[in-house]
Amino acid sequence: MSYEAFITKAGEHMEHIVTGKGLVYEYFTQNEKGEIENRFRALDDLNIEIEKGQFVVILGHNGSGKSTLAKHMNAILHPTGGTLLIKGMDTKDERNLWHIRQNAGMVFQNPDNQIIAAIVEEDVAFGPENLGVKPEKIRKRVNEALAAVQMTEYMTHSPNLLSGGQKQRIAIAGVMAMRPECIILDEPTAMLDPVGRKEVMETIHRLNKEENITIIHITHYMEEAIHADRVVVMDHGKIVMDGTPREIFSQVETLKNLGLDVPQVTELAYYMQKQGIDISTEILTIEEMVDAIWQLSLKK
Amino acid sequence: MAIKFKEVSHVYSQGTPFEKTALKNINIHIEKGQFVGLIGHTGSGKSTLIQHFNGLLKPTSGEITILGRNINDPNTSLREIRQKVGLVFQYPEHQLFEMTIFKDVAFGPENMGLSKDEVEHRVREALSMVGIKEEMYGKSPFELSGGQKRRVAIAGVLAMKPEVLVLDEPTAGLDPKGRDEILGQIQMLHESLGITVILVSHSMEDIAKLVDRIIVMHRGSVALDGTPVSVFEHVEQLERMGLAAPQIMYIMKALRDKGLDVPTDILTVEEGAKALAALLKKQK
Repeated sequence: MSYEAFITKAGEHMEHIVTGKGLVYEYFTQNEKGEIENRFRALDDLNIEIEKGQFVVILGHNGSGKSTLAKHMNAILHPTGGTLLIKGMDTKDERNLWHIRQNAGMVFQNPDNQIIAAIVEEDVAFGPENLGVKPEKIRKRVNEALAAVQMTEYMTHSPNLLSGGQKQRIAIAGVMAMRPECIILDEPTAMLDPVGRKEVMETIHRLNKEENITIIHITHYMEEAIHADRVVVMDHGKIVMDGTPREIFSQVETLKNLGLDVPQVTELAYYMQKQGIDISTEILTIEEMVDAIWQLSLKK
Repeated sequence: MAIKFKEVSHVYSQGTPFEKTALKNINIHIEKGQFVGLIGHTGSGKSTLIQHFNGLLKPTSGEITILGRNINDPNTSLREIRQKVGLVFQYPEHQLFEMTIFKDVAFGPENMGLSKDEVEHRVREALSMVGIKEEMYGKSPFELSGGQKRRVAIAGVLAMKPEVLVLDEPTAGLDPKGRDEILGQIQMLHESLGITVILVSHSMEDIAKLVDRIIVMHRGSVALDGTPVSVFEHVEQLERMGLAAPQIMYIMKALRDKGLDVPTDILTVEEGAKALAALLKKQK
């Protein structure tokens, strides 16, 4: 397919927020003489389409290319080969840059690195201010964004007294104030305690359901993927598995061979199978597990 | 006794409007050779507490004895205590700085004034303990993967031959394989060298798998202290403190509530699977 034909075809599928075709991202290290020593392909002929409104979790071991892919979706990195469209806009075209960043906001791992202002509401206002939104409209957007992450009561607080989970919610509000269609979160829970993790997960699920925001969530916690619409597994810069959480996590051994894990509940079913118990590995939640064991205990 | 705290309090910026009590009346005794898990939500005082373990911070009141030495005593060599109590901070790989892996790990023992042979011996020993192979020694630490970098950083502390090893969230940001590798190495170090290990973690699953004892910090005080089974029994209290129990314990509890005769002392998925399989087979 020619580039023009591809763009036209993508244009017809406007419900696709992300359309990547043949994505390659290559970098290299140089020695003292400036000669190329090692080449490394972080993305290797990767194809991906993400529909508007989906909740997608991306899994993969360290170095599998997850973060590189995320940075492409926000046009921080540009593919060295192939094409990536965000809402039909080519990330390589610099004229699209502001539009792409406004539509696909990013939240990173460290809650302390993303907050810049001394007052919560000023921090949330930073994005829309840069987009040139009028002051009275900014006020409205900040109020709405803080309400969406349930942090309204902290509006005039100083961010440095907030917990990790609250800081991440402020970072999410900062993205929401730009009225994006999609939020990309690169391990937003890695540094949080259990309650902070829960706060962030509940927030992004609510934004997905109530505001129809497309969520692309990168994580190493398998439990955070069980309520997703779709799980994408990466390895060596390629997508190696793609399906519903149940389809993906029931393949316990394949995941372990990829250096990954399954939710504890699924792992329990897997070990019980090994002990000769007839139980499915398509179990994801505590309730399902308790139910399955209860049913088994009734069979005599 | 490895670590003894008697009525220890720590107040930051005492006497200023920014005064903040981070530790209140802490009494803990940690025996040599124990494997202790330290949990608590962000801001509970964990980090302040562990910085007292090697004298980076001194108590504003109370008494601390580390390996038999009182850290408030002006004759106590803090330098010596810091060699014997190795502290591995969060994201220790950010502290790697040397040209090669070997040089980075050698930095600590060289500063201890050891002979060149002894330094080399210790570096080799420490790197092999964390599973870094000899052909890697000459490489730049920045060429390594996240998990490997972290292991090199831990080796830098091990090369000082500490008697107590304190690790602050050693697995944060690692993938499941990297996490299992690091935890496996820590467990092996504890078993083979018999050193005292204090592990700070937000993962209740990891804590449950490894430690003999859990200390729960909440608002600058010790809220719970005991074996994993006895601490994780207090699920509701833990949840109120922003913590949780391992998932397997929730499953076991739900089954008990339904009237199934499942054991109460299950902490890991493997144990749970065995117990449940035995129960279901017995019923048939």
